[in-house]
Amino acid sequence: MQVHLRNPTRVIEVSGRRKVHALLVELGLNRESHLVIRNGTLVPGDGELDADDVIEIRPVISGGA
Amino acid sequence: MHVPSKCRVCREPAIIDLPRHNANFCAEHFLELCRRQVTKAIEQWKLLDHDDRILVAVSGGKDSLAVWDLLIELGYRADGLYVGLGIGDYSDVSADHARAFARSRDLHLIEISLRGEYGYDIPTAAKATRRVPCSACGLSKRHLFDKAAIDRGYTALVTGHNLDDEAAVLLGNTLRWEIDYLARQLPLLPARDGFPKKVKPLVRLTERETAAWCVVRGIDYLVDECPMAVGNKHLHHKATLNAIEAESPGSKASFYLNFVERMAPLLAGRLADDREALGTCAECGAPTSGEVCAFCRLVTVASAHERVPVELVTRGRR
Repeated sequence: MQVHLRNPTRVIEVSGRRKVHALLVELGLNRESHLVIRNGTLVPGDGELDADDVIEIRPVISGGA
Repeated sequence: MHVPSKCRVCREPAIIDLPRHNANFCAEHFLELCRRQVTKAIEQWKLLDHDDRILVAVSGGKDSLAVWDLLIELGYRADGLYVGLGIGDYSDVSADHARAFARSRDLHLIEISLRGEYGYDIPTAAKATRRVPCSACGLSKRHLFDKAAIDRGYTALVTGHNLDDEAAVLLGNTLRWEIDYLARQLPLLPARDGFPKKVKPLVRLTERETAAWCVVRGIDYLVDECPMAVGNKHLHHKATLNAIEAESPGSKASFYLNFVERMAPLLAGRLADDREALGTCAECGAPTSGEVCAFCRLVTVASAHERVPVELVTRGRR
């Protein structure tokens, strides 16, 4: 699957199916600080991602106090 | 065969998991949860009345657009205020998002330009005053939001501070035992001479939830982080709290909300002392503990300094 990431903006390829939780763990990302979006729709933690999916992992942390 | 998670309310397929509620929700019931949490905050702390004239501090990011959207949905009258900070392309794009949101909902957005109206921008202010950029930015925004609310007759100033913001600030203030700052870290600061009523309706929602609100509602917000905030302490505190939250869901909520319920009342005397100590700025009339307020001092120094490009200030921060 094609995974779009930010900070820095980049695209990586991940082979095979994954659950959202597993993908975030694999990429070292905390699920409390990210959303996973497929075709404009949120995917929950136990949602299955297919090998040909294009997904965005969007950070939700902002730094202003 | 994989069985997708279901909404706790209607058993339809879920779009989001919220470990702190030990539940998953579909889009409709996630939005309902957010509305309920904001309503609960407003009622619990008596933040707003429906006859308030509300000014929302708008940055073009997820929190400010979410709170504006939520308040309008809940039937409040609210205008927006955007302050152009002059942080290069970041400010240009954030203004576009704020304007597009206001236009799409036929809402009134007031705009103030730091460079146009006060002769400086945040990169220049940071360099000229040797403050960290977030400090110069926060000082400028607080002053201008307060002034706009008072001058234009708004009865409440709303900011998009969420649970993560408040928990991270609480952690920072607690680590240094900043008692006076702790005393002020409340969802509601009532109006007083020279200050509008200030409220934070999103303190019962995490920033993952406010971002999800925007995605579900189709709000096109500025996702990228401010280039000047990269590496600041606030972000480190958020990361620390999210590491705790991952192991113990609900920790951020209990940390901040129990502070407000149990600890803040013990500090109320410090808040009263702080109020009595303020005078009036000799230059602009704003409340201040000195002769001239910090904002006017900042304007004097920053507007006299040669313009500093954002790249010059951010380069050393990454």
